[in-house]
Amino acid sequence: MTSMSSRTCSGIHINFWIPAFAGMTVQHFMVTKTFKITGMHCASCVRLIEKRLLKLEGAMEAVVNFATEKARVTFDPKKITQEELCKAVSEVGYKAVLDQQKSMDAEEEVKRKELTKLLRKVAIALFAGALLVWGTFPKLIDTSPLFLRNFWIQLVLATPIQFWIGWEFYRNTWTSLKNRAANMDTLIAIGTTTAYLYSVVVTVLPNLVEKIGIESMPYFDTSTIIIGLILLGRYLEGRAKVGTSEAIRKLIGLQAKTARVIRDKGKGERVEKDIPIEDVVVGDVIRVRPGEKIPVDGIITNGESSIDESMVTGESVPVDKIKGDTVIGGTINKSGTFLYKTTRVGEDSMLGQIIRLVEEAQGSRAPIQRLADIISSYFVPVVLILGIATFIVWYDFGPAPATLFAILNTVAVLIIACPCAMGLATPTAIMVGTGKGASKGILIKDAESLETAHKINTIVFDKTGTLTNGKPIVTDILPSVILNEAKDLSTSSRQLAVAMDSSPAKRGQNDKITRALDDTHLSVLTLAASLEQGSEHSLAEAIVKKAQEEGCRLSSVKSFKAHSGRGVEGTVGKAHLFLGNKRLMEENKIDISLARSDLARLEGEGKTVMILVAGKKILGLIAVADTVKDTARDAVAKLKKMGIETAMITGDNQRTAQAIARQVGVDRVLAEVLPDQKEAEVRRLQAEGKVVAMVGDGVNDAPALSAADVGIAISTGTDVAIEAADITLVNRDLQTLVAAIELSKKTMRTIKLNLVWAFGYNVLLIPVAAGVLYPFFGLLLNPIYASLAMASSSISVVANSLLLNRAKV
Amino acid sequence: MSIDKIIVTGVGFLTALFVYWFFLGKKEQAVQATSGEADIEVSGGYKPEVVEVPKGKTTVLKFKRIDPSSCLEELLIPDFKIRRELPLGETVNISITPKKAGKFVYSCGMNMYHGKIIVKG
Repeated sequence: MTSMSSRTCSGIHINFWIPAFAGMTVQHFMVTKTFKITGMHCASCVRLIEKRLLKLEGAMEAVVNFATEKARVTFDPKKITQEELCKAVSEVGYKAVLDQQKSMDAEEEVKRKELTKLLRKVAIALFAGALLVWGTFPKLIDTSPLFLRNFWIQLVLATPIQFWIGWEFYRNTWTSLKNRAANMDTLIAIGTTTAYLYSVVVTVLPNLVEKIGIESMPYFDTSTIIIGLILLGRYLEGRAKVGTSEAIRKLIGLQAKTARVIRDKGKGERVEKDIPIEDVVVGDVIRVRPGEKIPVDGIITNGESSIDESMVTGESVPVDKIKGDTVIGGTINKSGTFLYKTTRVGEDSMLGQIIRLVEEAQGSRAPIQRLADIISSYFVPVVLILGIATFIVWYDFGPAPATLFAILNTVAVLIIACPCAMGLATPTAIMVGTGKGASKGILIKDAESLETAHKINTIVFDKTGTLTNGKPIVTDILPSVILNEAKDLSTSSRQLAVAMDSSPAKRGQNDKITRALDDTHLSVLTLAASLEQGSEHSLAEAIVKKAQEEGCRLSSVKSFKAHSGRGVEGTVGKAHLFLGNKRLMEENKIDISLARSDLARLEGEGKTVMILVAGKKILGLIAVADTVKDTARDAVAKLKKMGIETAMITGDNQRTAQAIARQVGVDRVLAEVLPDQKEAEVRRLQAEGKVVAMVGDGVNDAPALSAADVGIAISTGTDVAIEAADITLVNRDLQTLVAAIELSKKTMRTIKLNLVWAFGYNVLLIPVAAGVLYPFFGLLLNPIYASLAMASSSISVVANSLLLNRAKV
Repeated sequence: MSIDKIIVTGVGFLTALFVYWFFLGKKEQAVQATSGEADIEVSGGYKPEVVEVPKGKTTVLKFKRIDPSSCLEELLIPDFKIRRELPLGETVNISITPKKAGKFVYSCGMNMYHGKIIVKG
């Protein structure tokens, strides 16, 4: 008999099989591992894999999910290794992907081999093409050896290039035609075959060609060079495209391979050992030493350190962390040694979420792409029809030899058309742009958000936690007895008493007054903190924290009620108390005339003031202030320089809000806005015709973020998948917001340039290839130059997108 | 106009019509994803090209690329934010749970081959 307890987390959990017999000391750790399986195509594959995995000695459970392509296996790690799991899966014809990095490396290796093979083909085709050009091109021909001028030798050189090197064009054309579809390969196959077959006729039957008035000159060089150049273009494009997905590769590469965990061995003993990162579970305690990578997300339980988080958050300066602070997996521990408790692992970790968000963004479509999508779907058939039209027009109306002109110009039209550039124009830029964003701590939900962000002309900042640090502190406590005396915490009541009379004769009396005022201060603080202890509001936290620091003993509260955006009420002892702003007092018909001048003064200093009232009588005021972020003023100034209007939205009253607004320099203040009214304020700005971005923490202001044209959330923890946000900034530096908008503008500029290039290229050069300039300037485009242009067009688009990586944001 | 020119013009015109009909005049026949699955062969395009799936239910689209053309090595389903590599000879399962009805186009990475997911609610 055994009993089992388990700890679960996403993906992995450990089961402790605890022997139920008294005296037994052996424990078996059963590890549950979740990993990806590729190659499944039906439900029977599921059963096959499960059956094979369960055959392994030490496997307890194997569940394969066909929809998610994942297997969950519970096994004894002493009996089964990860390699054995992989082997078992591959034995039945599938692939287990335990290490995403290794999997990507393997895919890359396959691609690298394909590209090497392609390069070899390119070299052969271009070498043969160069010999053919030498033997046929005017002027060059005079320097060539005689055998190269022989048409039959040219046929021998060109044929393998046409049907061996160029085989992929035929194969792809055939498979496409079977689906009544066509692509670029169809155009290349038809174009080069036309040139090749014409040349064969010239070689085999020169008299026939001469009879119709054409000089018997083959164009084997054209067909061969076209194949060589198109493949060269494909090779360079393939290499460049690897760069577009570099960001994901880098993010995956950030993951640590192992973690040094401290686990209970039983009998109070603890064991410290290095385990694979996949085996770390939520709740594990991990030791991190200086210079090591932090394996997964967690909270420091012991020790402190300085951590370089730049690779995940884009934050350039190392962050000091102490007990209770959050650490992010994939970041680097710079100095101290510390222990931390894991909170998120695998796909749930911050890095896992970032990878998923970037992958999703790279799979999305930008609205600007719609026109290119429509054109792409008609492109190849339309070019084929244009090729036919070119042939007819040149044959019917062209100068002699009309047939040759018709053939060459038709080939040029088919070869020069480049649908790839249009297809690649937007997605490559989106891939590079979103990847670049991730490296700077800017997570973009989808391409549409990136596109809209460049149109933003108004940014609304939520005040607390966005423009300010979101950690307010109590700055003033004014009991009712000293209201109107303008005293703050630093000018304490003790100083007040001394100031009243400091003569030795009065000193004893003053001490009594001082003590009485101190007591009154503490009474106000104690009552306020007692009332607020159940509230999670940041102002409440500040009051409770202050009370704890002062050693106040808090009382229990009855009939507690929170009034959103106004304050709280409740009964402490026998007194029914209110603690809140003017609005709360007005609603409860409480006269606050006694506190009015102190309220005005404190609010003018940018402080949030709460009035403590028992019944209808004011007991005192408590002022709380939040500090403005260091980067806020600079970021707001930069946004204004970009022509963006800035606004601050807050529940604070006008005076407090204006004081903060002056400090950060925003144009507009939307004060006294209750949380549920923020969305309406955003919509009101949109009704004015503005493209509005709302910046907040994504928790309290989710409806406003959703309502805005672009919702931008500043993530405060390790949860970065904020549903309401279009863009998430993973560091608290507001300069990142400026960078996000700059990135959007630069990405859109790249996309527009790519599209103009791709459209312009086809719109201008297809007519040129068809010979429209011939009647006016006698200009015709040699098909070889057409292939050179075609090969370079898609590379230009990919290269231009890659330039985004170098853009300064 | 000489006879050869008339013939070339006529044949050319008919060929153009044929090209239009062959590539652009094809009728879409949707295949229903019964039992929550649909096999899609990736070879010179997508077979079947149009898949009908129910709204709100998870459907597994099983893409198997047997065509070595590099054009088809990447699959894009932008409305579902999916970009996946389709390794040659491997079946890649893609789960979708459409929340709204409509027609959603997917394509190869270069946007030359297209398929359609019709979501019926």
